[in-house]
Amino acid sequence: MAATATAGHYAPASSPVYVEGPIRAFAIATAFWGVVGFLVGVVIALQLAFPLLNLDLEWTSFGRLRPVHTSAVIFAFGGNALFLTSLFIVQRTCRARLFGGDDMGWFLFWGYQFFIVMAALGYVLGITQSKEYAEPEWYVDLWLTLVWVVYLIAFGGTIMRREEPHIYVANWFFLAFIITVALLHIGNNISIPISLGSSHSYSATPGVQGAMIQWWYGHNAVGFFLTAGFLGMMYYLIPKQADRPVYSYRLSIVHFWTLIFLYIWAGPHHLHYTALPDWAQTLGMVFSVMLWMPSWGGMINGLMTLSGAWDKLRTNPALRFSVAALGFYGMSTFEGPVMSIKAVNGLSHYTDWTIGHVHSGAMGWVGFITFGALYYLFPVLWKKKSIWSERLISWHFWIATLGIVFYISAMWVSGIMQGLMWRAFDELGFLQYSFVETVEALHPYYVIRALGGVLYLAGGLIMAFNLWKTVTEGEAAEPAPRLVPAHAVAAE
Amino acid sequence: MFRWLRDHGVIERNVVLMGVLTLLTVSIGGLVQIVPLFAVETTIERVQGMRPYTPLEQMGRNIYVREGCYLCHSQMIRPFRDELERYGHFSLAAESMYDHPFQWGSKRTGPDLARVGGRYSDDWHAAHLRSPRAVVPASIMPPYSFLDRPLDYDRVADHLRALRAVGVPYSDEMVANAKADLEAQARPDADATGFNARYARARQGAFDGDPARITEMDALIAYLQMLGTLVDFRDVTPAQLRQQ
Repeated sequence: MAATATAGHYAPASSPVYVEGPIRAFAIATAFWGVVGFLVGVVIALQLAFPLLNLDLEWTSFGRLRPVHTSAVIFAFGGNALFLTSLFIVQRTCRARLFGGDDMGWFLFWGYQFFIVMAALGYVLGITQSKEYAEPEWYVDLWLTLVWVVYLIAFGGTIMRREEPHIYVANWFFLAFIITVALLHIGNNISIPISLGSSHSYSATPGVQGAMIQWWYGHNAVGFFLTAGFLGMMYYLIPKQADRPVYSYRLSIVHFWTLIFLYIWAGPHHLHYTALPDWAQTLGMVFSVMLWMPSWGGMINGLMTLSGAWDKLRTNPALRFSVAALGFYGMSTFEGPVMSIKAVNGLSHYTDWTIGHVHSGAMGWVGFITFGALYYLFPVLWKKKSIWSERLISWHFWIATLGIVFYISAMWVSGIMQGLMWRAFDELGFLQYSFVETVEALHPYYVIRALGGVLYLAGGLIMAFNLWKTVTEGEAAEPAPRLVPAHAVAAE
Repeated sequence: MFRWLRDHGVIERNVVLMGVLTLLTVSIGGLVQIVPLFAVETTIERVQGMRPYTPLEQMGRNIYVREGCYLCHSQMIRPFRDELERYGHFSLAAESMYDHPFQWGSKRTGPDLARVGGRYSDDWHAAHLRSPRAVVPASIMPPYSFLDRPLDYDRVADHLRALRAVGVPYSDEMVANAKADLEAQARPDADATGFNARYARARQGAFDGDPARITEMDALIAYLQMLGTLVDFRDVTPAQLRQQ
């Protein structure tokens, strides 16, 4: 293949030492599903403001489209971003070719896209097991389990054949993400189908036990899918773009072990004041509050890495996304522990405040760190000098930031207002508001929220355009000599 | 103090060790929180009245799940004064002991439905589901007029069998009569002696207003109308409600 490989450890940049084809496909899929997920989000946000948009059709009602939105942004956008970055980073930081090579990479790519399409089709047709963020039915779950095992083999196998003596910190987080998501996915999806020919199944666990297992899963989908994996991304992207080593090695170790230990306990804060026994609720609250510490430890480790390199924010708009992502991460990991305190949760639970909290994390942290990764990786993967237009990155940054501000402030107001209206009594001791009066009061905020979503979607479209132009019209990078593993060159 | 961190290099050089330690670390919390819920008997309050869903109610519940109703309606009343006033007695773990899966929900875009059973007439529900804004002008609920189509219940016995496999106490008799019981509940003039003997406090009715056809609307309304009606709280003492 690489007949032009030069002597020693050096090969031309075009040398296909690392698996890149499937990784480029993951990069495209990330941008594509991002736009799809944001678009469906805008549609369902508008449905809440203008219910006529449900169109009186079963396939387009809010109840069926909402899982399409959540799965599209979490599993399609976020999931493809995780495959993209983990498989890219593990090869670079281990200086080893992906275990299983291109075939393994392509299986993961198409296997995962198949999972996404099967899940989304199911939701639209009404096939769901109704566990939030675990809606796919048993046959889709089995398929994902297979893809995930292959993922673990490919990722772990690549680490096994590494040239570096130590496993880089980003890979600790990716490994923990892959292992824990497997555990959660299997644990929460145990169910018995009506028959092998039926798409319908019944969950193995009932009522209170089922609720606990669901939120053990649900909160750690946030903790491991949307946090640990994306922290892995952060631990590569920020040092790389700032051209500085990670601020503190010790903090990385403490951050990693405390985060993964504490996160798993936080699930019951989704079940405060429910029929879940109090001892479990209290455990969930205490650990959620403790979780604030490792979360901010990680944020500090990322931000301090920029010491002495803050000027790069002015010249590198992609880095701006990564750093702003850490800011949003810090904000939502502070808000989360506050909301997990029972007294606060009594007001915030069941309201839009939760939706706002989730979106400051999802749009601000997960979205922005991913945008930063895409802007960094597209030129690298397509061997371009830079992104087609840095001005458009800036436009994307400010439009998306404005969108998030609209979104989360609208949800704070509507959530807190709704919570207060529900519990308001008049001077005679009667409930002051009927339920539907609280619904009416939320209308303006639902419109503002939808506007925030439109802005965020517009940012996504600008990004997709910019990335497209980078691939098709970007100036080619100079073929610089590059360090590659000796055995890989020898094997060519 | 951080001397042990120096030995972290051992873990960093061995991916299998790191993977195993990670798995152990993330397993602890889940085990501590989940296992006792199965082991401690008082997790489920000791109240009378709970029974498995009738075949028609269960099929209605499946429609509730299919349409994602739980995304906007909770079924979990919290022990607050305003919720007591608005919805009724706080929800018990016992009241969802036969729910596979649970439908507690996480958002109240619409009101809680844990005790909606019997609050409105069947006609109200049918009209509201077909066209929510015809009944509640400020409602933002999607219309569900498409539910006026025949219910597919040929395999209802299989559903009961699968539920029995996950622990719902359906008797052989209930499974054998599943289809007949479903039809008996949806036709007010049908003989319901056996049905009533098998399912206490179950109500017959032409839920969608048309006794001639068994529709998805019938099933969904039958389900909504039984929600929260099984436990009679006049008979319940505080001691019975105490969880561990």
